[in-house]
Parts: sequence; C-alpha cells; structure tokens
Amino acid sequence: MTKHALQVLAEVVSNKKVGAYHHMVFSVGQMAAHSKPGNFVAISVGGPGTSMILRRAFAIYRASDRENGVGYIELVVAPHGQGSTWLTSRQSGDLVDLVGPLGTAFGIPTEPVRALLVGGGYGSAPLFGLSEILKGRGCRVDMVLGASSAMKIYAPLEGKRSVNSLTITTDDGSAGIPGKVSDVLAELIENNQIDIIYSCGPMGMLEAITKIAVEKDVLHQCAIEEAMACGVGICMTCVLPIRGEDGVVRMLRSCIDGPVVDGEKVIWDSKREIPEGTWGS
Amino acid sequence: MSFDYTTSLGTAKFENPIFTASGCASSGKELSQFFDLRELGALVTKSIMIKPRSGRATPRMAETASGMLNSIGLQGPGIDIFLEKDIPWLQEQGVSTVVSIAGESVDDYGILARKMRSVNGVKALEVNISCPNVENRGMVFACNPVTARAAIEAVRRNIGGELPIIAKLSPDVTNIVEIAEEVVAAGADALALINTVLGMVIDTNTMRPKLAGKTGGLSGPAIRPVAVRAIYQVHAALPHVSILGMGGVTNGREALELILAGASAVSIGTANFGNPTATMLVKSELQELLIAKGFNSLQEAVGYAHRAESQ
Repeated sequence: MTKHALQVLAEVVSNKKVGAYHHMVFSVGQMAAHSKPGNFVAISVGGPGTSMILRRAFAIYRASDRENGVGYIELVVAPHGQGSTWLTSRQSGDLVDLVGPLGTAFGIPTEPVRALLVGGGYGSAPLFGLSEILKGRGCRVDMVLGASSAMKIYAPLEGKRSVNSLTITTDDGSAGIPGKVSDVLAELIENNQIDIIYSCGPMGMLEAITKIAVEKDVLHQCAIEEAMACGVGICMTCVLPIRGEDGVVRMLRSCIDGPVVDGEKVIWDSKREIPEGTWGS
Repeated sequence: MSFDYTTSLGTAKFENPIFTASGCASSGKELSQFFDLRELGALVTKSIMIKPRSGRATPRMAETASGMLNSIGLQGPGIDIFLEKDIPWLQEQGVSTVVSIAGESVDDYGILARKMRSVNGVKALEVNISCPNVENRGMVFACNPVTARAAIEAVRRNIGGELPIIAKLSPDVTNIVEIAEEVVAAGADALALINTVLGMVIDTNTMRPKLAGKTGGLSGPAIRPVAVRAIYQVHAALPHVSILGMGGVTNGREALELILAGASAVSIGTANFGNPTATMLVKSELQELLIAKGFNSLQEAVGYAHRAESQ
C-alpha cells in the first residue's frame, strides 16, 4: 500500500493516438514525485451524473516530477470499454478526478542483474519506466512484448532505446514472431542468463510466465490485472489467493498488496474456486 | 443560532449523521490517507464473523447502470484478529466506531455478542442479519421474521445492557415493517436500512452469470428509491425507533432524501469506491442544505416528509 495516495483534479495535458491506444499526459502536481513503476492510478469516468459509478485503474506508464509541486503522469489507455472510451475522448485542458499513486511497485535490485521484462498488450506501459531505472542501476534489460496483432503492441521509440534487446510476438503473426510471449521465454532466459523477470499483462500470460520462471529457477515479479471497484483497498473485489511466508494462503487485494506480487506465491489455478484453508486478507 | 448536527441511534450519540456503510470502508485504515476519520459520525466496520474467512472466488463484482453487483462472501480476518488489530488502531486514532457482526447460526450471533461486550470504545453494534452472499442461501436471517428475531435475541441476551444494537435489514422481503417490528421486539435499539438488493448479471459473451457466486448484492444509486421507500415505511410504523439509512447516497441532496424519509443518520457505501472522500462531501453538503431549508437541527428534518398536508 502506498502511503502517499492523493486525490487530485488533474488536467489533461495531451492525448495522442498511438496504434490501438491513447498516450495521455496528466498534470498531477506532487503525486508524480511518489509514483514508481508498477504503481497505478484510479480515474473517475463519465462526468457529472454518469451511470458509471466506479473508477477505472491504469498502470502508470511514466511519471516525471518537475519539483515545486509540478509533476506529470503518463498513461497508455486502451479504449475498449465505455469508461476508457470516455477517458480517451478528453481534450487538452479537461479535468479528471484522479487518485494515485496506488499499489505496490516493482522491486529494484541493489546489484546489477540481468532482467527480462515481459509485457502483454498495453501491459507493456509500466515496463519502460522500469527499464530506465534498471539501466540506471547497471542492469542488462531485455524485453518481450506480445499482443494479438501489431496494432496492439505498445513500444514507443524512446522505450525501444531503453532496452538491450526487444522481441515481439503476435498471435496473428502481423509483427515479430507468430505466437505467444511464453513461446520465446525459455530461450531468452537461457541465452541472456536472466536473473529476474518483471511482467505485466493478462492473468493467463502471467500464469504461463510463472510456470516457466519456476522451471528455470528465475525470480518473477508480476503486475496483476484483476477487476477493481475502488483501487484503494476497501471493496474486496480485486482479490486473489497468495501464499504468505507463514504458508497460509490469503485472499489478498491486488490494489494494495499488489499489483506487483511474487508470481510464485500466487495460486493461479483457482479460477472460480477458493483453495481449501484460505483466509481473508 | 448555531445549527445542531448531532444525532443518536438508541442511546449512542454521534457528532454528525454521516457514517460509512459496513463492507465499504474495511476497518478504516485505507480511507484514513484521504481524510481524518474523526470527521465521521461513525465508521461502521466490515461485518466480522467468528473465523477468518476467505470469501468467494472472483469475479466478485460487476458494474451495472448506476450501481454495482458484489459477491464478496464476507471476507475477513475473524473476530479475534479483528479485536487484536483493527479495534485498537481505531481507538488510538479516536475514531467513533460501530462494529458490524455477521453470523452463520443463531449461536454465532451469541458468541460474537459475548466477545464484543467487554470491548471498550465501541459506540454501537450493527448486527448484519441480511447479507445475501453467505454460502448458505437458505439461511438469510433477515428474510424471515422468526429467524431475524432469533438472531437479534441471541445478541441481546449476550451483549449486556450497555451497547446499543442496530439490526441491519434486507429489502428482499415482502413486508419489511413486519421484520422491523420483530427485531425491535427482540431488543434491537435501532435499525439499519437497507442492505443490498439481490441481483444477477449474465455475461453475454460467456453466456453465464458474470459473478463466480452467480448472484450478488446490488448497491449504488440504482437502489436509492428502494432505500427511501423502506425507510419511509418503517419510520411510519415505528416512529420512535431510530434508523441508520443507506442506499446509493453520493451527495448531500440524496442524503437529505433519506433523512426526510425518517433516517437519523446516513451511511455512505458504494460511493466510497468511486470517491474516497464521498463521506466528507455528503457531510458538508447535507449540513448546508439543512441550513438553507431553515432547519435549526438535523433532528427537525428527520421524517419531515411524513408531516401532515397542512404543515
């Protein structure tokens, strides 16, 4: 749980369409100073009198603190639902109610390591900021991005520059290697002698990565995407079973105990069932 | 003359009438980063059960038009951990606290009440007898006058004389006044109206119920008219029993509706999810509205919609 969450009226600074997504910049003041890769924000959508009562959660793509209370947060938004479509229709100068930074951040190693960053669709968003930090610590950073088609790969030029190698996979073969990110993972881990995997994307992809990470004995931090109602830890809807250090499985909230969690600790195969002996958070 | 915003539920007194709704503010910590919890009339904790409880599998939530459906299944740490960790924290912070309890059997309610009787710094006990999400669908106490009464009697017998009991009722009944009369006769000092309304969403892609628990509780602005109706009916029948009203309130005007219907205090539930400072917004807007309408106290406005045509 972040200790610095703020609720602000953030001004839309820019909104650009990039492939299937929108790259949006918001003026958020001092919130930017506390935002780390992995953190997310929750935004009210629909405007006054809307029938959409819940916030939408978005991983922070990049945060820049200009000091003296000036700061910006950048998001990559896929307009696939009513709420995200409303958000991507905002123009420069519009105000949105934004809460953040929320959730846990990716853990940064103190030693230079060999990191593999894996993103699915717009799940690549938080990985570029992470990559810059890892590079700053002297890490080698390789990246794999996967999506259903080329349009849904989010990899801006400056992002590409921040990694040592970039592998792309698409389900339809319209860009890079045809197939899933998990198809190319084992080879990349071996060839680049990877120490740690950071991932962000749909649950099925994170589960598949965990399996490979466990087999290859590589650490795996993943940012999970579970449907949320509040984003701040009070609604108990975004839970998933995670095994604690004490061996007890608890239904933890992906908004405050995550979104970044240790992939190996997640009980992935619990779809629509709770493992026996599980506790509340 | 200064405006009197204080209120009471049974013998419990509160500085102002804006509470959180149980299950919509956890045990307070998470919201404390957004505002000072001491500004609340009371924080109503999530409903606590005897044992640690995982709750239901996901998906647990579906957004609906002006509402949401949830099926959490009363996830929680259990009463012992709650009393060891959450209550001391709320006491240290000086938060006016109402504890909500929920049981799966009449005995559970008795056991929970016994555990609560020696706890200091709690203003009142909300007894959740109406959660439609628990595993045993046949045992929704609040939907049957006999079982509703039995649960409240078990609490009354075990709680001792001091702590006021607020019975939280379900709107999913044919005659809510009948249930209200039964639980008041069983020893409830006040009533909480309303819990969520049982509903279902079917995902038209998978063509199955969207929630893992299939059914869920509908909350949010979509159910506000149901809450106003239930409060109005119960206040008309039992004008001397104070009501903690809730159901889709997001602003001061909507809170005023519940007050006029007969609520002495208003809980904010689902609105906290969309706006973590919703309680503070409602608190200031409601007070401004009451003053603007010429009321000298909150109390004057409670049940004002029931006045005779000539008034």
